[in-house]
Amino acid sequence: MTTATVTGKTDEPVVGTRNYLTEGGVTLRSWLLTRDHKRIAILYTLSITLFFFVGGAAATLIRLNLVTPPGIFTPDVYNRLFTLHGIVMVWFFLIPSIPNTMGNFLIPLMIGAKDLAFPRLNLLSWYLYMAAGLLALFAIVIGGVDTGWTFYTPFSSMYSNGYVVLALAAVFTAGFSSILTGLNFIVTTHRMRAPGMTWYRLPVFVWSNYATSIIMVLATPVLAITLALVAVERLLQVGIFDPALGGDPLLFQHLFWFYSHPAVYIMILPGFGVISEVVPCFARKPLFGYKFVVWSSITISVIGFFVWAHHMFVAGISLYAGLVFSLLSYVIAVPSAIKVFNWTATLHKGWISFDAPMLYALGFIGLFTIGGLTGLFLANLAFDVHVTDTYFVVAHFHYIMVGGMVSAYFAGLHYWWPKVTGRLYHEWWARIAALLIFFGFNLTFFPQFILGYLGMQRRYFSYAPEFQLWNIFSSAGASVLAVGYVLPFFYLGWSLFRGQRAGANPWAATGLEWQTSSPPPTHNFDRTPTVTRPPYQYRPEPEPQDV
Amino acid sequence: MSDARREPWPDPSPEPQYATMAQQAEAASFGMWVFLATEVLFFGGMLLAYAWARGSFPAGFAEAGRHTKIFIGSVNTVVLLTSSFTMAWAVNAAEHGRRRPTAWLLAATALLALLFLALKGVEYHQEWTEHLVPGLNFREEGPNAHAVELFYFLYFMLTGIHGIHVTIGIGLIAVTMVRAWRGAFSERYYTPVEVTGLYWHFVDIVWIFLYPLIYLVGRSGP
Amino acid sequence: MKSPSPKGLPRALLLTWVALLALLAATLALAYVPMSGPLNVAVALGISAGKALLVLAVFMKLFRASALTRAAAAAGLFWLGILFALAATDYLTRTVEPAGELSAPTGRNLPAEGR
Ligand SMILES: [Cu+2]
Repeated sequence: MTTATVTGKTDEPVVGTRNYLTEGGVTLRSWLLTRDHKRIAILYTLSITLFFFVGGAAATLIRLNLVTPPGIFTPDVYNRLFTLHGIVMVWFFLIPSIPNTMGNFLIPLMIGAKDLAFPRLNLLSWYLYMAAGLLALFAIVIGGVDTGWTFYTPFSSMYSNGYVVLALAAVFTAGFSSILTGLNFIVTTHRMRAPGMTWYRLPVFVWSNYATSIIMVLATPVLAITLALVAVERLLQVGIFDPALGGDPLLFQHLFWFYSHPAVYIMILPGFGVISEVVPCFARKPLFGYKFVVWSSITISVIGFFVWAHHMFVAGISLYAGLVFSLLSYVIAVPSAIKVFNWTATLHKGWISFDAPMLYALGFIGLFTIGGLTGLFLANLAFDVHVTDTYFVVAHFHYIMVGGMVSAYFAGLHYWWPKVTGRLYHEWWARIAALLIFFGFNLTFFPQFILGYLGMQRRYFSYAPEFQLWNIFSSAGASVLAVGYVLPFFYLGWSLFRGQRAGANPWAATGLEWQTSSPPPTHNFDRTPTVTRPPYQYRPEPEPQDV
Repeated sequence: MSDARREPWPDPSPEPQYATMAQQAEAASFGMWVFLATEVLFFGGMLLAYAWARGSFPAGFAEAGRHTKIFIGSVNTVVLLTSSFTMAWAVNAAEHGRRRPTAWLLAATALLALLFLALKGVEYHQEWTEHLVPGLNFREEGPNAHAVELFYFLYFMLTGIHGIHVTIGIGLIAVTMVRAWRGAFSERYYTPVEVTGLYWHFVDIVWIFLYPLIYLVGRSGP
Repeated sequence: MKSPSPKGLPRALLLTWVALLALLAATLALAYVPMSGPLNVAVALGISAGKALLVLAVFMKLFRASALTRAAAAAGLFWLGILFALAATDYLTRTVEPAGELSAPTGRNLPAEGR
């Protein structure tokens, strides 16, 4: 096995004396009022880490409950746990995970800009996110919500006990945080590129976040208004979703999934972007089929809106609509498959090294492929009837969201850690964590495919005794996974203080972000760079880049 | 208007992230257009709900539509269309560096917007006294009572959220007006006036569609 | 646009305002004319679209805007179209079972927040 880790330029200027962490002061005030996209990215990273552990704690309790058929929690507590897990993980971790941390940090660096187009809006976005997050935590602490993250009416608007309106307000606010980020990214990508940075010279990571932003800007408002309607319906007992009032509950589902299916792509597209950066770097080859990868992202951001009612096949939509949405759901698999083929083709005859970011990236490709293929099962009308609301669905979307997105998040976190912090982490610990996460994940979620196929329903606190064996496997896997997720906390934290200084470009990677010092200065580049080459000019043997 | 150019402020320099004022202006106006695309979908969710409800209860919607205050609604449409006109005029004045006219036209726009809200308030008050407010004091008899309630639910949601947009618009226009009065803008820099204008015209467009969907329903019927 | 009369009121804006008020009068009058089927709605929304187009083109200067700006404006409408068109695949083809007596007991308790 070859490691490219130490082949970077260690003889470079070690650490800029001027960098964004110290420039402009180190007071709390200088952080809370910052307009620097890199500092805001750090604020986001800290906050989403907090929410990741909150959501993870709920997941741990859920798996603990499911070790035995009767479980340890009352149904009511269990309902609140999975609702908490869903709301926190979707809106407070997955949606902002890569865009608001790495996207925020890297997009200006990658396009050669000094900052995002609207730095104040960027900071406002973080404050909205925090307000939303605190509101959600407050709702949880004072009693919680039992609707599931989907807030289906009329349960949420009429029957549910709990602080539904507070939770709705939290998600509504988080939505506007996400809209502001998307708007900022779109304008930045169009208007802030350095001279010579043409569209086809943009790294795929920027393209992916651009595609993500389109969805954020055009889908999120529909969610916001829908949740507002639910809140009013609940408060005033009048509305359009409750059949007893003459309303249509399917209208809620249409509006909700008009956002929430594309939101799946908000969660996964930035992951595609990370993988497209990591794979060429550690295979020392240009990304295969750059334009196909780029345009498949844009395609996804459009036809991702065409498939939403596949969540409603058994809910009472017309058979004709079912056919249309089933066919369209097959179509969306094509651009995703194109990406997988391009990554594997990039690996072909590559000079591959298995550093931690690459381990995560390879894990991503495998797990995302399984998640995607089982998605095709669910797009099939007949099969969907069999597995709707079973653990098959749970396993499917966790392969995308956790196996895919969280792996991509960790791939990116490790890949850009030296750039963000100026320090190197302990490579072997990182590899161990990557492997633990991969195996722990599969042990947790593969049994759930089987359970779902056998008919175990999701969202129940209890289950039939014959399902216990697979549930024990799953819970055991969750413990491994938990260790894998906690480990980085320690070795990354250690690296902050004791880690070796990283040069500007420890991976010998291409891309503008590696051409400035680590950590970068506040205004990113000493002189606005001029771009003359397409991205990913990797050669089989790592060699120093000319700066 | 001889005062218009007496003491021109020095041209402001762009914010640090931009290379030129032109880049900053382009980013601001494009940003507003993207935001307006968001807004289209924000209202779009309610419009789909409206389409569904009206398609499901045509008779009830016709009955409810005839309860609406068409006189106030039509006058308010004139008010808002006119405010859009004064806004466009203000942008035009700003383009030509005419400071005081810009400020006066913005003031006219804001006053028209306040008039719109005042008339809306009168209308809401009448609806309250007629027990047409769902969830609070709705009282309606007859076979279409449920549909009428749905109509008024959507009516209050749509006009309420539109009204919030009008209120935000008044704030934006007022701030821009003060800046214009103080001479913050010139032919070379009037981006805030332009961006505020875009927002205000959008608020007008939303009303252009709400008007027939609320006030003109069922007017040709019995 | 540097309008022809830099000191006064640009003519295009004035004409647009007059046209908008005329269209408003037309839509108001036509609303009282009985037409068959959904024609009343179609006419009203058609006139609204015309008014909106005037505001977009003249007041918001979309006619002379860059392709990018026009794309942003079109995007909102296009995605709104997706929402309506695909929701219609369900609503226009769904057989609605009668909901029955709406006052039948539903087991509902009026929820109070946080009970
Ligand atoms: Cu989906």
